[in-house]
Formats: sequence, C-alpha cells, structure tokens
Amino acid sequence: MVAAKTAKPMKVKDDLRLNGFSKPVEGMFHVILGIFALICIIPFVFVIIISFSSEESIRQIGYSFVPNQWSLESYQYVFEKGGMLWRSYFNSFYITILGTILSVTMCVLYSYPLYRKDFKWRGFFTFLSFFTMIFGGGMIPTFVICKSVLGLSDNYAALIVPLLFSPFNIMIMRTFFQTSVPFELVEAATIDGSGEYRTLIQIILPIVKPGIATVALLNALAYWNEWFLSLLYITKNNAIIPLQYLLMQMQRNADFLAKNSHMMGVDAAAATQNLPSQTLKMTLVVFTVIPIACAYPFFQRYVVAGLTLGSVKG
Amino acid sequence: MTRAKSETMAVNNKLGPRNFSQHKKTIALLSMIAPGAIWLLLLRYLPMFGIILSFKKYRAFNPNTFWNNISKSPWVGFDNFKFLNSPDAGIMLRNTLGYNIVWIALGLVIAVVFAIMMSEITNRFAAKTYQTMMFFPYFLSWVVASYFVMAFLDPTSGLIPNYQKSLGVDVTNFYHDATYWPFILTIANLWKNVGYSTVLYLAAITGIDASWYEAAAVDGANKWQQVWHITLPGIRTMIIILLIMNVGKIFNSDFGLFYNVPQNSGSLYSVTQVIDTYVYRAYANTKNIGMSSAAGLLQSVVGFFCIVGANTIVTKIDPDSALF
Repeated sequence: MVAAKTAKPMKVKDDLRLNGFSKPVEGMFHVILGIFALICIIPFVFVIIISFSSEESIRQIGYSFVPNQWSLESYQYVFEKGGMLWRSYFNSFYITILGTILSVTMCVLYSYPLYRKDFKWRGFFTFLSFFTMIFGGGMIPTFVICKSVLGLSDNYAALIVPLLFSPFNIMIMRTFFQTSVPFELVEAATIDGSGEYRTLIQIILPIVKPGIATVALLNALAYWNEWFLSLLYITKNNAIIPLQYLLMQMQRNADFLAKNSHMMGVDAAAATQNLPSQTLKMTLVVFTVIPIACAYPFFQRYVVAGLTLGSVKG
Repeated sequence: MTRAKSETMAVNNKLGPRNFSQHKKTIALLSMIAPGAIWLLLLRYLPMFGIILSFKKYRAFNPNTFWNNISKSPWVGFDNFKFLNSPDAGIMLRNTLGYNIVWIALGLVIAVVFAIMMSEITNRFAAKTYQTMMFFPYFLSWVVASYFVMAFLDPTSGLIPNYQKSLGVDVTNFYHDATYWPFILTIANLWKNVGYSTVLYLAAITGIDASWYEAAAVDGANKWQQVWHITLPGIRTMIIILLIMNVGKIFNSDFGLFYNVPQNSGSLYSVTQVIDTYVYRAYANTKNIGMSSAAGLLQSVVGFFCIVGANTIVTKIDPDSALF
C-alpha cells in the first residue's frame, strides 16, 4: 500500500519525462546551439592565435588556425616599444573610469527625484529626459554645436561629456528605485529629520546597489567600446585617443603608428624597425577584449537584469 | 494609520515650518536633478535649434564663431533636401529599410527558436555554457568585430582568400566586391545580436508558470504541443512589443556595423550605405553641413512618428509595456 502510494507520483514524473523532447531531438538542440555558440567565440580565438603567430608564418600561409610558427614577437614589441599603445590603453582606462564615476553619479541623482512621488517637478523632468529618446537634433547639428559652442574638440571632455547621461539608464535606475525602495522608507527618514542627501546616500543607495552595478557596467561598457566620439571630435590630438580608435586608424592606414611615433618619444625609423605589423594589430585587439572578458561574469549577472528590465519597459 | 498620517501632514502643510521644509525638499531634489538637466539642455535641446542648419547655406564668416556664422548664413529654403532626388537617396533608403526588415524577421525567429531550445535542454550546465558563449559578442565593439571579419576576409592574409589560393581558384577581393556584403553584414549582425535577444526571450520563458507544463503533460500534451500552446503564447506579448519597437526604429541603423565592418570601402557603398552613414559621409567628405543636417532631420522626424505610432499600437496590446 505504502509502496503503491509512493510509486504513483514517481510514475507521473516518468510520464513528464516521456512528454519531454525525445533524446534525438534534444541532441539536435545541443548540436545547433553548440555550433552557434562556437561561432560566437571562434573569431576571438582565431585572433588570439594570429597574435601568437610569427610574421613569417603569416607571410607564407596568411592567418591560420595552425600557424607554421608560433611567436611572442608582437607581445614583446608591445611591452618594449609600445609607447603609443600604452598611451592609448591608459586613455581608454582613464576615459572609462572617470566617465563611469561621473555618469553613474549623474544617473542616480537624476533618477532619484523622478522616483519621489512627492516631487513637484517630477513629470516635467521625466519628460525632459524621455523626449530626447524619441527626437533629437540629429548627428551633425549636435556635433557642430558641441564643437563650436561647447568646445568639445581634441580634449578628454569631448570623449567623456557626450556619454555622461543616458535616458535609457535613467529609466532602468528609476525602475530599480520603484521596485526595491518602499516609499514609506523615505517618509520615515524625513520624519526622523534626515536631510534629502543623507536619506539618499545612507538609506536608499545601499538598497539599490544592484541597480547601481547595472548602470555602472552599462556605462563602463559604453565608454570602453567608444570610438565614434573620437572619429567626430579628435582631429589632431592623437595623444588622447582611446585604444578602439587607435585600432580603427591602424586598419585604415598601415603606417599610422610610424606617423605618430613622435608621441612615443622615439623616431619613426626606430619605431617601424622590426614592426610586426600584422600580428601587432591582432595583439591590440586581444588587449582591447581582455578587460571585457575579465568583467564578463559581472556583465552577465547585472546587465542581463538591467537590459531585461530596460527593454521590456522600453 | 495612513489616513492619520496624511491628515497630520495636511495640517502641517498649512503651518509655517512644514511649508518651509517643503520648499527645502523641493530645492534639494532640484539640486540633485540639476547636473543631468543642464547636460540635457546643452547636449540635447540646444542642438535641436541646430535644425535650422538644414535650411541654411552654412559657411564661415568673420569673426568665425558659430552664432555669427549661423545668423549671417543665407536661408536657402529646401535646397538642402535636393539630395532626395539623387540616386544615392534611393540606395540608402533601400539599404536601411531592406536590412532592417530582414534582420528584424531573422533575429526574431532565430532568437525565439534558440530560447525555446535552450529552455528545453535538460542539462542546465550545457544550456548555461551556450548562453555565456552566445552573449559574448554583444559586449564587443564593431571596431573589434571588424578585425574579426578582416581575419577571415583580408585580401592578402585572410583565411578565406588564402584557402582560395591554396585551392588554386580565383581569389575574391572581398573589400572591393559588393556581391557578398548583404550576407556578410547579415551574418555579422546576427552574430552580435542573436545572443542578446535569446537571453531576453529565455528570461520571459523562465517566467512562465511551471505548473502549466505539468498540467499539460498530465493531460497528455507532447512537448511540441506544450511549446505551441504554452511557451509561445507565454512570450507572445514580449515578441509583439520587441517587434513593434524595432519597427519604430526602422529608419535607424547601427552606424558601426555599416561603417567599420566594410572598412569604409568606397566600392561597397551600393550595399553598405544607410541613412546614418550617408549623414556622416556627407559631412566628413564634403563638409556639407546643410545637406547632412537636412538628411538627419528627415530621419529624426520620420523616426519620431514611427516610434509614436509603434507606441500607440503597444499601448493597445499591453498598456504596461508602453514606452510612454
């Protein structure tokens, strides 16, 4: 009797499994998803392999998954003579770190009042931010005004300021406030005599940490991957360009490094001597992707939540 | 309890100190919002006045300041919109709309199918691994992606041209041959974005109540029937909303994809020129500020009505998902 009773649910469970996809069908799913997943990362693996190939091997058989000869020459070059490259690497980090700190601060400060039901101007400022998502002056008027009126030209500000604020991130952050901070908490803090800034920093911020992490990662990603601002605003000051734009320049003109060698403090002849031009590019690509790969677990954890929230809500 | 509180607050409101603290609160909140608001005014609203550039023949005057130039530049009416009569306009419109329509459709079908497959795989570790790998390209820039493409297509060192060499057949000069680019761009776009949409749909599928599947299984529904009658209806709203929102952005393109991946190659413009790249190149190559502003303005206005239209439809389907 007891055995029969326990056996019955077991049987239902078996039925459920029977009603799952059959083994061959599931196997097919694995094949399809597995192939696509591989396609997604193989180009990066390929570029890593190229960066460890020797120039001679590339001259002989081109880029190959199995080079004739492995080599560290491009990495050696980067570490020994990579003045300009390190400069760009520094620029990328500088822009990303400073930009992220400033933009997260602005985002939190702007979205918190939009969450406050008792804020008189809430509707107005929500609209002010939101309207720019659906209408804008266009690329060129924005560029002309930023350059001639605001002075965003050939300076770090030109690479940071245009990305400081994102209406999309405001929506994400405000949703985080709305879903995780009960308004009673704000009221209670106010009654206890806490000032607005103190309430925000000491009481609210610890609660919305996941939201801040999401917005910070989105901002950091945007800054790290940024090249369009350099394309628009940097015309002569190549000492401040980030790695992404350096890569773009190297793709367009092969001797970009030599031309700009004075920024490395070496003369052109010395810089181009034994320049592993083919593998060096790929090495720089690897250097560009490494920070993203390192931060990837965090991206997966926080950005998925944020993007799901953001895309469903707009 | 709450009523008592609100009554106290109402009474307090009439009193001096409370009124004062209300002002203090508003000022504090306004000071928080100020940096963002100033940014919006300077970098978003001020450039909207730049729209008048579309109707002027902008050039430099003495003194060469923006306000002086813009006030002295002559009005030219709709002259800057004459590019609409050129064959370029037809090509970029065809490319913009064509790629967007095909990619919205392909992206949707592939991502939904992948998400369903992923949710049905019993080995969770495998599913998680696939997801991790598929999502990766989304986090890379098109500059990096253009190097990935170059590794395969570069005329001298690329994998495919070298394979062709080793076979002794004619080597394809990819960066000068427009034939393959509709496919290359499509593959590049799917490579970068399918993982992201898959993750979104997977999140929606995970949200479906598991007891529905159990009930269906007990009633004898096989897995295909469960997918058809439970999973798809469960993510229907999300599919429709993402679809409509994408249609709302149909006149916009991913600039980096069309500019970097073909390496800005002139012989490929017939299949790689979209409105966004046209606007940029009109400025970068000819410094024609008037025409590029005009093209951008058209895009902004049409895009505005598309999004408002899309949102109206979404509001009718599911008011909670509406953008505004």
